[in-house]
Amino acid sequence: MKRYYSVLLLAAVIVIIQVLTLITGKAYLLTQLTMSAYYIVVAVGLCMVMGYAGQISLGQAGFFAIGGYTTAFLTTIDFSGKAETGLYRMLDTPGLLITKETLYGDTIIHLTPWISLLAAVLIAAVTAYALGIPILKLKGHYLAMATMGFGIIIYRIVLGSRIFGEADGISNVPSFPVFPGISVSGDFTSRISNYYIAWLLVILGMLLLINLINSRVGRALRSLHGSEEASDAMGVDTSRYKVIVFVIGAVFAAVAGFFMTHYNGGIGPSEAGVAKSVRYVAIVAVGGMANLWGSLIMGLVLNFLSLRGVFGHFDDAVFGIILVFMMMFIPDGFIHTDVIHDIKEMLRPLSMRKKKLKKKQEVSND
Amino acid sequence: MTKPLNTFNSLLQIQKLDKFFGGLHAVNSVSFDVKPGIIKAVIGPNGAGKTTLFNMIAGYYTPGGGQVFFKDILLTGMQPFQVAGKGVFRTFQNLKLSHRLSVMNNILLGRHTRGQAGFLAGMLALKKSRREEKEAEEAVLPILEWLNLLELKDTEVGNLSFGNQRAVELARALAADPAMLLLDEPAAGLNMHETEELAQRIQEIRDQGRTILLVEHDMSLVMEISDEIVVLNFGQKIAEGKPKEIQDNEEVIRIYLGGDDA
Repeated sequence: MKRYYSVLLLAAVIVIIQVLTLITGKAYLLTQLTMSAYYIVVAVGLCMVMGYAGQISLGQAGFFAIGGYTTAFLTTIDFSGKAETGLYRMLDTPGLLITKETLYGDTIIHLTPWISLLAAVLIAAVTAYALGIPILKLKGHYLAMATMGFGIIIYRIVLGSRIFGEADGISNVPSFPVFPGISVSGDFTSRISNYYIAWLLVILGMLLLINLINSRVGRALRSLHGSEEASDAMGVDTSRYKVIVFVIGAVFAAVAGFFMTHYNGGIGPSEAGVAKSVRYVAIVAVGGMANLWGSLIMGLVLNFLSLRGVFGHFDDAVFGIILVFMMMFIPDGFIHTDVIHDIKEMLRPLSMRKKKLKKKQEVSND
Repeated sequence: MTKPLNTFNSLLQIQKLDKFFGGLHAVNSVSFDVKPGIIKAVIGPNGAGKTTLFNMIAGYYTPGGGQVFFKDILLTGMQPFQVAGKGVFRTFQNLKLSHRLSVMNNILLGRHTRGQAGFLAGMLALKKSRREEKEAEEAVLPILEWLNLLELKDTEVGNLSFGNQRAVELARALAADPAMLLLDEPAAGLNMHETEELAQRIQEIRDQGRTILLVEHDMSLVMEISDEIVVLNFGQKIAEGKPKEIQDNEEVIRIYLGGDDA
């Protein structure tokens, strides 16, 4: 149970922030906080792949785009006037179609996003699996280059395909009814509920990953980061594990892309750009690599500032500089262990800390 | 019903193993058996092919020819993790540990083949996964205690002394409850006191009914603890027998003390 305390703390902070924005009359900030949450889902997924299992990926924006574009494409197909086709009947009978009225009074019939969510997850997982088998044999910067190549391919595909709207992307993506009466959409009226949906997704992702880290498989992943040969020697099917963790990271990114697309009501090719992939890597690096909470906190701070326009014209450059700086000076990240542990350590009386330090030195001198 | 172990005349059979590195015949048609429950040492001068031989048994190198059987399972052609899955576990001459992980987590990795919980069970923290974790932790405690690592169990391995890091490697392999243990120069880098302690421990491991094959440079250690010895020179087996026979073997003496024809 102890491992979930920090998640409870996170939940409390989420509620406090929402209440604060309400009191101070700054509810408009919730929009950026919601979008940051979706980017955090990508970051924590990458944190598992890169920080814990030690496999760098510069292609996460590609998976984000796969999730976003899959749903944008599928849910913007209008079935009105096609009631006679076999496909329509096949989808309508089990209730997979949603009928809607536009601002101008036209009727639109589209596929339920639940189906496109399923499709987004499946396509991302299959792509990551097929890609992962050959490229995860590579290590270090060769792997980085291969994943970046994948990201560029996805970027060029969405930019160059008419069905994906070329440079304009796809707009008019319908809302996603997650719970009865609550939808993922950019409506002003549903700002608060959308904020909670996004952070609920973060919490869900964190719970899954915290559990994974503390399991047999999680230990094997962290060990293969430490020494692949040793993991092999202890019976870990390292190549399979690397592929599966890569798939998990891809699915996290795709789910985030899916939600973001419904929240924004559309998606454009910039979401698939390499600059976005670099951001995710920078966030995980600055968050302390093997540190989910670090990725979460840094993901929140940096994305929020970026979305508020604090970095101005230098938006992408800031993330690039962060990455260069981290790689040169603190490749292991700012925050080494659990943040909670760090804070606790800071709050302890100095005398106790000295004692522990002394003990640590004795151990290393042994 | 599988056959009980002691009905095997030999637990590990190495048959005519060959390995070329370019023009170098690193291991040249080496064959020998390892009987269950003994300590067998492979010795030889630098470059004799000992570690290459080890890497072929453990699946890290594919032999140019020949076969390795464990019980009656063909190990040749298997991946290292598959060899481990059969109960053959190794340690490394140059320690391979996760320095940022605790002693406990490093050693628990040894339990990997004993568990079943996969990605989904782990992510959902299913009962099976949690029970396995608890069982694994309980299973390694006696090993930690035996190797005097209990107090250090939450320390990051990177902060340990070299001797303790060696002990963690041994503990990790033992945590797997191995039928066969391959020790690659377990005494390398240890001081005299630590080496003596290691000798004691290796013998205790054998007395628990495990079979040990070791590659070692330290002659006195090998002579003290081994039940049988194989001597390699330039990739070929030149002698095999009990420590006493090896000590008296003229060719072995010539290699180790240097001959006139050198």
